Amino acid sequence: MTAVLETDGLCKQYGRKWALHDCTLAIPEGKVVGLVGPNGAGKSTLLNLAVGLLTPTSGTITVLGGRPSDGPSQLGRIGFVAQDTPTYEGMSVAKHLRMGAWLNPHWDSELAERRIRQLGLDPRQKAGSLSGGQRAQLALVLALAKKPEILILDEPVASLDPLARREFLQTLMEVVAEHGVRVVLSSHLIADLERVCDYLIVLVASHVQLSGDVSDLLASHYYLSGPRRDRSSLPVNQAVIEESHTDKQSVFMVRTDDPILDPAWIVKPVTLDDLVLGYMRQAREAETHRRPGLGVLR
Amino acid sequence: MIRFTSLQFRIQVAIAVGVLVLVAIVVAITGPNLVHFYDTTVANCKSHGDCSYASKALTQSDSFLQSAFGELLLVLPALVGIFWGAPLIAREFEAGTFRLVWTQSVTRRRWLAVKLGIIGLTSMAVAGLVTLMVSWWFSPIDKVTKVQFASFDERGIVAIGYAVFAFDFGVAAGLLIRRTVPAMFATLVAFVGARLAVTYWVRPHLLAPVKTAMPLHIVFGTSIEQTSSTGLLFFQPVNIPNAWIYSNEVVNNSGHAPTVQFLQSACHSVLSVPANGAVQGVPTPNQNAHTAFAECFTNVAAKFHQVVIYQPASRYWAFQWYETAIFFGLAVIVTGFSFWWVRRRPAQYGQ
Repeated sequence: MTAVLETDGLCKQYGRKWALHDCTLAIPEGKVVGLVGPNGAGKSTLLNLAVGLLTPTSGTITVLGGRPSDGPSQLGRIGFVAQDTPTYEGMSVAKHLRMGAWLNPHWDSELAERRIRQLGLDPRQKAGSLSGGQRAQLALVLALAKKPEILILDEPVASLDPLARREFLQTLMEVVAEHGVRVVLSSHLIADLERVCDYLIVLVASHVQLSGDVSDLLASHYYLSGPRRDRSSLPVNQAVIEESHTDKQSVFMVRTDDPILDPAWIVKPVTLDDLVLGYMRQAREAETHRRPGLGVLR
Repeated sequence: MIRFTSLQFRIQVAIAVGVLVLVAIVVAITGPNLVHFYDTTVANCKSHGDCSYASKALTQSDSFLQSAFGELLLVLPALVGIFWGAPLIAREFEAGTFRLVWTQSVTRRRWLAVKLGIIGLTSMAVAGLVTLMVSWWFSPIDKVTKVQFASFDERGIVAIGYAVFAFDFGVAAGLLIRRTVPAMFATLVAFVGARLAVTYWVRPHLLAPVKTAMPLHIVFGTSIEQTSSTGLLFFQPVNIPNAWIYSNEVVNNSGHAPTVQFLQSACHSVLSVPANGAVQGVPTPNQNAHTAFAECFTNVAAKFHQVVIYQPASRYWAFQWYETAIFFGLAVIVTGFSFWWVRRRPAQYGQ
């Protein structure tokens, strides 16, 4: 498995605050990758480092084997849709396309114009008067028409209403199907990712809590509920992610590659939502254990 | 990148062209009148014998435009820095569009180089053209007033240096501060500070002044003045056209000005004539006073001479080039900082 995005001991510090600390991860080839985590986990910092808008305090990051912002060719290989999908509000849609054509050697103007037509955007309309959803779509067209090898999207739908969000993700799915471009997409909303991603990375406090194929992850996690019992009584091949107990009953979320054989359990599948929240909670508990009284998650 | 910069810079160019056209129209309408005024009065005043009246009439004409053009040239570079320089990058930060434009297939350095090149050259062109037009407009008046160093900042080529420095500083401030209004304010403060510092602390020391000593002689303005209840001053005016006079003193061979005691004894006949104020040497309607002043002057001139420290008129363009070079040097320094910063310390991701 080759990595499209790889970091090793990556750190980014602002003043005395670590936005990203000792982050080591690898995003595999050929997937639509979702990067999920709570606010402040370092998702945006990581993606801004990946496109060269930030420089690391220490550690390394490579995208498609190249160092970010290492000259125009590396910039041309990455299509970036930034958080809040910024555009020049005084410039029309058509002028944004002209900007793309002037600033990118591999610009596909036929593709850009076709997508703008499909979206029903008026080329003469100023970007400042577009709705949030339309602006996000414009930003996606700009990132796509430069013919990148990888699309990186930083919380592209965070500020959109549910309908616009669904439409944007729909467009993204079409793009992936049509152009086969690699995609890395961050969000703090699992539902968004579930729709488009086939690979998931859960980032909590700069560290990868969980990564893997969405289908594999769903197939290897279960909810077990039954009479109350202690976690130490579970078989060693069942790693407990989360547990809750009442007087009589216990519920565990476990990870295992083997079938559940104990007939005392009622076995239920997990949703992606359960899974991600379970890992985030686990990370938080580990963190509060290490530093009593200091919660990392808000 | 050049086309994109031109696209984004269109409104500013339109404003600049508007200002240039406006100045050109005013200059074209009123300038020829001044030239005509000069040609018909001052140029042939010698034959009519009343040059001081003709000169005064010319220097007082169009006084509104004179101050307006002067002020325009003082504020124009500051405006370039504040409204073109400071928002250039600060607005990209405020709108978040730096994340859009810096992730196109153009490096930040190239992006900055093109922006600085195109808009910087435009700033220089605007400042240069306005100075050129205003200098031409003022030329009849300048020929009469003969104080070229007094309007040093408003003629010649220095405004080009001021404009490019103000612009480049504004850009650097916007890049560093990342907010438009504070960057504008910083640019204003830095520009005014740099201009004042250079004008008062640097410019006088750019070239060693010339020192000249000459015997006293009675001209219009030679006088003995009561400077305070006990103080007395012997004043000899200096007449070096277009020179920049640093100091003008009446001193003896050991470099001391006449003492009050000396003047009281040397000029007692003059001082006893009027009871108040200054006593003019020549011309005077009073024959007694005239003779008294002549005696006073002879006494003073026997022991004292005039020492003038100044920059000759011929150095005017040397000063222009030096000062322009200083501001270009400052512009190069802040631009170097901008290039370093935009690469090394780019977008700090606000959290």
